Amino acid sequence: MRTAIEFNNISKQYRLGLVSTRTISHDLNRWWKMNILGKEDPYLKIGEVNDRAHKGESEYVWALKDINFKVEQGDVLGIIGKNGAGKSTLLKILSKVTAPTTGTIKARGRIASLLEVGTGFHPEMTGRENIFMNGAIMGMTKAEIARKLDEIVDFAGVERYIDTPVKRYSSGMTVRLGFAIAAHLEPEILVVDEVLAVGDAEFQKKAIGKMQDVSKGEGRTVLFVSHNMGAVRNLCSKGLVLENGQIIFLGTTNDAIDNYIYVKKNSDLLKVDAEAKVKKNRLKGYSNEVFFKEIFLDKSNGNYCTNEDIVFICKIKSNRTTENVRINATISNIEDTPIGGWFGDGVIDIKEGEEKLIKISLKNHNLSIGTYFISLSLGKGNFIEGMIDFDVVMMAEKFSVVGFDVNSNTGFTTWQKQWGHILFTTECEVLD
Amino acid sequence: MEFTTIIKPKNKLFEVDFKEIWQYRDLLSMFVKRDIVTQYKQTILGPTWFFVQPALTTVMYMVVFGGIAKISTDGLPQPLFYLAGIVLWQYFSDCLNKTSSTFTTNQHIFGKVYFPRLIVPLSTVTSNLVRMGIQFLLFVLVYVYFVVSGVSVIPNIYALLFPFLIVLLAGLSLGFGIIISSMTTKYRDLTILFTFVVQLWMYATPVIYPMSTITNPTLRTLMALNPLTSIFEAFKYGMLGVGEFSWWQLAYSTGFMLVLLGIGVVVFNKVQRSFMDTV
Repeated sequence: MRTAIEFNNISKQYRLGLVSTRTISHDLNRWWKMNILGKEDPYLKIGEVNDRAHKGESEYVWALKDINFKVEQGDVLGIIGKNGAGKSTLLKILSKVTAPTTGTIKARGRIASLLEVGTGFHPEMTGRENIFMNGAIMGMTKAEIARKLDEIVDFAGVERYIDTPVKRYSSGMTVRLGFAIAAHLEPEILVVDEVLAVGDAEFQKKAIGKMQDVSKGEGRTVLFVSHNMGAVRNLCSKGLVLENGQIIFLGTTNDAIDNYIYVKKNSDLLKVDAEAKVKKNRLKGYSNEVFFKEIFLDKSNGNYCTNEDIVFICKIKSNRTTENVRINATISNIEDTPIGGWFGDGVIDIKEGEEKLIKISLKNHNLSIGTYFISLSLGKGNFIEGMIDFDVVMMAEKFSVVGFDVNSNTGFTTWQKQWGHILFTTECEVLD
Repeated sequence: MEFTTIIKPKNKLFEVDFKEIWQYRDLLSMFVKRDIVTQYKQTILGPTWFFVQPALTTVMYMVVFGGIAKISTDGLPQPLFYLAGIVLWQYFSDCLNKTSSTFTTNQHIFGKVYFPRLIVPLSTVTSNLVRMGIQFLLFVLVYVYFVVSGVSVIPNIYALLFPFLIVLLAGLSLGFGIIISSMTTKYRDLTILFTFVVQLWMYATPVIYPMSTITNPTLRTLMALNPLTSIFEAFKYGMLGVGEFSWWQLAYSTGFMLVLLGIGVVVFNKVQRSFMDTV
């Protein structure tokens, strides 16, 4: 495989706060040190990890710091990370909107960027005029656009409106038109930032399909930034996780997403104890008469097989003597979609101030390979008398199903996303 | 295939990619078309406004400068004299005002997609050319009217310099404009000063008065330093047969324009790479 893009030590520094009279004093200071005294840039050395949630010392931050990686030709690389992790800055540097502070990027072929669809659409001009306008902004020639005009209009599905000013379009139609133009560019490298957020389900599907065609069929390279994990998983062959301007993971899409979700959920708790984790994930507004103190899995690595029981240990504590307490749970996948759940039997009796350890085994779960979260609730009652919850902890633990059979040494077996989450057990009989 | 795109922190000072600008020539024509077509969309008079504006300005000048201030027009009919100045000045000031805000007004596009930024001021200068052409047509109509009604205005061979004069104006306004726009991305102070300067500049240029009314030698030297002076005088001399024409002056303006444009392109090229961070 040939390298399509190479990032070497890319860093980008931003100054925080307002541009004001102090800026000019910094500028003068910098100019004096660099051009007269021949020293290094005095402001380039300072600057700390770019964590937006915490107050820092310096006025300068590294939006990106020492980014080094290569993208192979034909790869679809998903870039994920929290807001402010540096995803868009990375794309902006690659699409030459802004220059890096240090480092170089080398790329083969034409780069087209879709940081926002419909860039440069003029509201007064018709759809047709805007196709030419937008295409030209993206670097196409008039002849190229004219050749693809019909295809673009057809893909966007706005034929009826094509000679109407774009200001009369719905926002969805504008996005469709914008994406259609970009999708028919023929760059070797396509940079896409969160453009699928608008547009209806049908169009999103169409757009993802188009991007897949582009990478698979035509061997072009795509860099895709999104917070939509479903889209990233469907589309990307590789994933890159950014945090505070640094790469924390580069690998397969699934691993990258697992890594990211885990970071997002528990970024402050990686080294913190189980009690704090429960506290952080607890939903507010419940009486906490009886509450979870700690929740953990019997296996510290959290890896199970399909035919293996998944065992949780819950440490619960009570503020009041209560009887017939039960534990309910929901299991959801990494995109936060519930897969299933259970209602426990009201078998727990607990006295005031007492602590109890409860072991729950999830039997015959038939879950297929993937990563899951478990959310738990403590409560009492039943459907007839009415139910009450004392405590709810969302996404209390994460576990992974990594194989089908504990007794087989084959390890990983392929399981594709589109096959769902459950491995049914079947019997096949030939009747006569 | 070798690496075709290399992105690095700083470009060399004189590394201006003219080849790239040429590749984007279709974009230039799209921008020009957009500027012209959209300006008068949803108006009833449409492109007629191109005529109305200079006509009204001429009437206003006739009242204020000709009627009240009684400034000489070198014996020419006032409408003709003022219109000659207005057509040129309007072109220059339109170009200058628009190119000088290139970065600030286009930041939403510049922040999203890359294309050679110089395309935008170039398209401004070009699209204003069309507008100027229409206004020049008005000038010609008025000219013909006065010739037919027996006023003796005699054009001479220097009238053929007109296209060259326009190139000079375009170059000067582009040069000044992109320098100003580069300087105002970070500090906006200049923008405020600038609108004021353009207004004053008109009075320092023989737009509404002929050079012949300036008799003070110091003032004449100062006026000669203004690169616009010779352009306006040459236009009036060629078209209307009055004014002061000198090749030396015109050569000075040409040199000025080339140097200014050179500096402008270099500065603009440097600023365009990182202006998004400071704008």
